[in-house]
Amino acid sequence: MSSHRTPKVLLPLAVVAAIVALWAAVWATGAFHESAFPSPQAVLRGFGEELGSGRLFNDLITSLFRVSCGFALAVLLGIPVGLWMGQKLAARMAFLPIINFFRNLSPLAWIPFAILWFGVGDAPAIFLIFLAAFFPVIVATMAAVANIPTVYFRVARNYGINGIERLTQVMLPAILPQVITTLRVTAGLSWLVVVAAEMIAGRDGLGFAVMDSRNGLRTDLLVVEMIVIGSIGVVLDRLLVQLTKIQSVRWGYER
Amino acid sequence: MSGRPLQLEKVSRSFGPVEVLRELSLTISRGEFVAVVGPSGCGKTTLLNLLSGYDQPSSGSIERDGQVRMVYQQDGLFPWLTVAENIALGLRHLKNKSEQERQTNDLVGLIRLEGFERHYPHQLSGGMRQRVELARALACESDILLLDEPFSSLDYLTRLRLRQELARLLDERPRTVALVTHDIEEAAQLADRVIVLSERPAQIRYELGIAAARPRDLTHPEVVRAVHRILTEMGIEHDHEKAAGYQAAG
Repeated sequence: MSSHRTPKVLLPLAVVAAIVALWAAVWATGAFHESAFPSPQAVLRGFGEELGSGRLFNDLITSLFRVSCGFALAVLLGIPVGLWMGQKLAARMAFLPIINFFRNLSPLAWIPFAILWFGVGDAPAIFLIFLAAFFPVIVATMAAVANIPTVYFRVARNYGINGIERLTQVMLPAILPQVITTLRVTAGLSWLVVVAAEMIAGRDGLGFAVMDSRNGLRTDLLVVEMIVIGSIGVVLDRLLVQLTKIQSVRWGYER
Repeated sequence: MSGRPLQLEKVSRSFGPVEVLRELSLTISRGEFVAVVGPSGCGKTTLLNLLSGYDQPSSGSIERDGQVRMVYQQDGLFPWLTVAENIALGLRHLKNKSEQERQTNDLVGLIRLEGFERHYPHQLSGGMRQRVELARALACESDILLLDEPFSSLDYLTRLRLRQELARLLDERPRTVALVTHDIEEAAQLADRVIVLSERPAQIRYELGIAAARPRDLTHPEVVRAVHRILTEMGIEHDHEKAAGYQAAG
């Protein structure tokens, strides 16, 4: 087991080490000005500074809170709408074009209105994250429902599964594997959007921290923040991947 | 309950301009196993949908006396439920959980899948999955079993084994059965009566009773004879007896 797992840990670590080495080598050539290209050592010092002040940790909590709110709202509203549209052809015909329009409209284009309507702080960021996740969740849920094999509904009928049980015991479990995949994609999308939203409409959060470091010409801290943002995104996805390990959804990934 | 769990009276079914069934009358007696064979696309599945009540006839009447359960070609099991949970679907009406569990275990034993109770359908072979479907359909006192080409997705040897299995299960738990299949051997081996449908619009073209007791072997002389008669009727094999007769006359 351990011999099998060792390369899974060592290989990516080697790649990271190589990238850091390349970074250090490019810095050592002096081709870039120190203020435009911080050294690995400076970034490491920046980490210490941020850990000491606790500011980065607070920004991280703020951003995670906003993503959680916007994402939860999008999922809680998007899944019921998707369930409804998946079952009603007329609803699909009526609403799908406009939903596709909003799905393809970058949520960042809403930033000016988000600020006009909600000011700065949590509300505009949550609004933008909601927009980023809501429409993809609807479309994916809808497609999953529309693709449930009819044989499942016939079996349900045969065995007297009707009404609310049909929803909870047939439709929801039938779409769950696809819904989990959608949650992973849209959570990633939300994490991208929160940084952009906070850069413009924030007074705190990781996006604001990026903007603040830029304004202070602290490129070392900028890199620290970039590393944190990327890492937390990976952690969020790893957390959601755990959902795919539930026994009753494995069928959706194994055939 | 009457002795006629399934009765079709001059049943027609059209989809728009396409007439699929025309004035089909058919009575199935209690405990009888009727197989319906016919060319593909002749309306076999439409007939099953009418028998199950999933679809309604354009004209004519269908009477159903008893609880109907259907076994599908494949993927009729809920993939998010284990073997035991899928079988327990057939026992949903039992309020007593321990009784439900006991009967589920009986059914698992009946299809000889002990040890696989907690497996999910995707972890089983196609043949095992169909056995679970049969067990689910046989749960409790379901009366009428509708089989929609239940073994058609399986390889030949597995199909032969599952036929034996079905015959054995029905021996232990007798049911009124309507089997729809394109497999004439399957029909002849399993059924008391084989009904051959015509091309669309489907009518009963030929009907053949097979008296030999069930369960019977595929190579039982009655089965072989029935296969030959059906194939002859469908114009696929020549009638040796008649041909011999002509020669003698000539």
